[in-house]
Amino acid sequence: MNLLVVIQMAGKININIERCKGCGLCIMACPKGCIIVSKKSNKNGFFPAKSDNTDCTGCGACAIICPEAIIEVFHNQSSKIETIAEPAKKPKLSLMKEKA
Amino acid sequence: MVEKGQISIGTEERVLMCGNEALAEAAILAGCDAYFGYPITPQNEIPAYMSRRMPEEGRVFVQSESELAAINMVFGASATGKRAMTSSSSPGISLMQEGMSFLAGAELPAVVVNVMRGGPGLGNIAPSQSDYFQATRGGGHGDYRTIVFGPSSVQEMADCISLAFELADKYLMTAMILADGFLGQMMEPVVLKKRPSVELPPKDWALTGAKDREQNIVRSLWLGEGVLEDLNFKLDDKYKQIQKNEVLCEEYEVDDAEIVVVAYGVAARIVSGAVTRAREEGIKVGWIRPITLWPFPTEQISKAADEFRLFLTVEMSTGQMVEDVKLAVAGKSPVVFYGRPGGGVPTVEEILDKIRQLTLGAKT
Amino acid sequence: MKTVFKRTPTLKDCPTHYCPGCGHGIAHRLIAEVIDELGIRGSTIGIAPVGCAVLEYDYIDVDMIEVAHGRAPAVATGMKRTNPDKIIFSYQGDGDLASIGAGEILHAGHRGEQITVIFINNAVFGMTGGQMAPTTMADQITATTPKGRNVAEEGYPLCVSELLAVLPGVSYIERCALSTTPNIRKAKKALKHAFEQQRNKAPGLSLVELLSTCPTYWRMSPADATKWIDNEMTKVFPLGRLKG
Repeated sequence: MNLLVVIQMAGKININIERCKGCGLCIMACPKGCIIVSKKSNKNGFFPAKSDNTDCTGCGACAIICPEAIIEVFHNQSSKIETIAEPAKKPKLSLMKEKA
Repeated sequence: MVEKGQISIGTEERVLMCGNEALAEAAILAGCDAYFGYPITPQNEIPAYMSRRMPEEGRVFVQSESELAAINMVFGASATGKRAMTSSSSPGISLMQEGMSFLAGAELPAVVVNVMRGGPGLGNIAPSQSDYFQATRGGGHGDYRTIVFGPSSVQEMADCISLAFELADKYLMTAMILADGFLGQMMEPVVLKKRPSVELPPKDWALTGAKDREQNIVRSLWLGEGVLEDLNFKLDDKYKQIQKNEVLCEEYEVDDAEIVVVAYGVAARIVSGAVTRAREEGIKVGWIRPITLWPFPTEQISKAADEFRLFLTVEMSTGQMVEDVKLAVAGKSPVVFYGRPGGGVPTVEEILDKIRQLTLGAKT
Repeated sequence: MKTVFKRTPTLKDCPTHYCPGCGHGIAHRLIAEVIDELGIRGSTIGIAPVGCAVLEYDYIDVDMIEVAHGRAPAVATGMKRTNPDKIIFSYQGDGDLASIGAGEILHAGHRGEQITVIFINNAVFGMTGGQMAPTTMADQITATTPKGRNVAEEGYPLCVSELLAVLPGVSYIERCALSTTPNIRKAKKALKHAFEQQRNKAPGLSLVELLSTCPTYWRMSPADATKWIDNEMTKVFPLGRLKG
């Protein structure tokens, strides 16, 4: 049985919390709203941004707006592969072979 | 006007040129990579000459929007390791003071020419020596000095600027030519020779693009605790070394002189005429002519003052170098002053009369 | 895990002295990214202004010089004329470029100097405590306009980009905003184009004006400051490519 496989991008960001000044621009910029203000202050006394990466798509909006350039963005292609659709009818076998 | 090719560079042949142009050609000979300037009488011949000659040599000429911009263009070119200069006259040099302080703070070589005119304010366009304090004490902010030459002939205009480029690169600071309207405009035969090349410190600090090396930074802001203080002491050591090694001074018949006339630049030429005639009248008089106004020939004058003599300082101002003479003489002998400010130029007779009066005074 | 975004080598990996949410940090990163993407680090010389960004050489790892307030375009002229093969960029704030240095930028453009100017417009003098700048908005409260800038007394916000756009010697001018991620992407494109102009030896001066936040002296949160740019500043300083 052939599956139409769609890889759903999963993203992850890494914020260098010790260098974060808690300006909040990344929180504003994140389309998924998955960056929050950490409850724990860093050594400079700022409450840094924190991401639990649940809905992160790795779009990088946060990294692009960060004035301290302390956000790294990763795309995770393996762990979150989900089958989200089955083709209505069997595609021509040859087409699939050529593509494979 | 001297066309290219007419000038016999490097040979002993004498050429008739005005001071401004001789200075400009000598700068080209000394390897000046860039000239930035702005029109102001009585030094206009320099930018005009440079605007024609520098492109012929494949070098840079820019007429800037102001003297203030000109000195900053020098700052930029010098920071990349090039030999850069600017020229102006008194009011323009005032506009350059901030830039000169930055050049001193960032320890960058530069050559600045001041063809002095009557001041203060818009003053006039007659020759004057009223910027001595500004040049030798530093008109800009902060603890810094400037090497200052006081040429007194067209030949010395050429020789001084060649040496200026050398010392600027040697000590990484600004060297200034303090000329005046006379020297700039008058024409005299001059021999234009390239100075023998000397070993100068390499410019590995220059901004050339951090290719395969750490970044170079040219700066003068030092906010850290005690950092600027260290820099100031480092500069001071440099200036002390220059005071020890780079003084240039000329003297004439001082040994048996009862009166010593101290003067520089054009004033010194007039003084030498008066002294020669006074000698003919049997007056024991000599002169001392500082060529470097900073470093000032304090030692030479102090030595001359060890024997009781009467020092007469003659300047085209209300008396500025006279203070340095007093410092050098340090009370060992009396120092009197005679000056003509605001573009006034003393005549040989005036100075001769002054010497005669002093002689009578000395006898009574 | 595939890294899709990380610090570019020419941007030094160190904390900055800028206030939280200040646009300078973003501008520095964009410049460093453009320099790396064009591969011109080895031939680029930068000029740091007098202002909040005076310590720019601590953050951007290229040959740099620090110059007198407002004189950067003149210094850049001296550098570029004697080193035509180097990429010279001048990074200036609104006080540096539009106030004390107005003469210098006008004449650098007038002469068509082949330099790249990055003009950070944050409507105040930041370094010295938030005084009025030539680009301060009407009625904007600053340290020297306690009751708000009164245009009858202090004049209107100065549109430098428009002023320079009429000069034949100026070949490229664009005004962008470091307010939202899409705007920052556009700003980077503009910066890249400006640097490419110089690298390709295109004649004329290129200038990119970046509307930038100053949360501290606008007395706003960084997020609100970005909105103030988009809602208020762009009315007086419209975004877009003015020339070239």
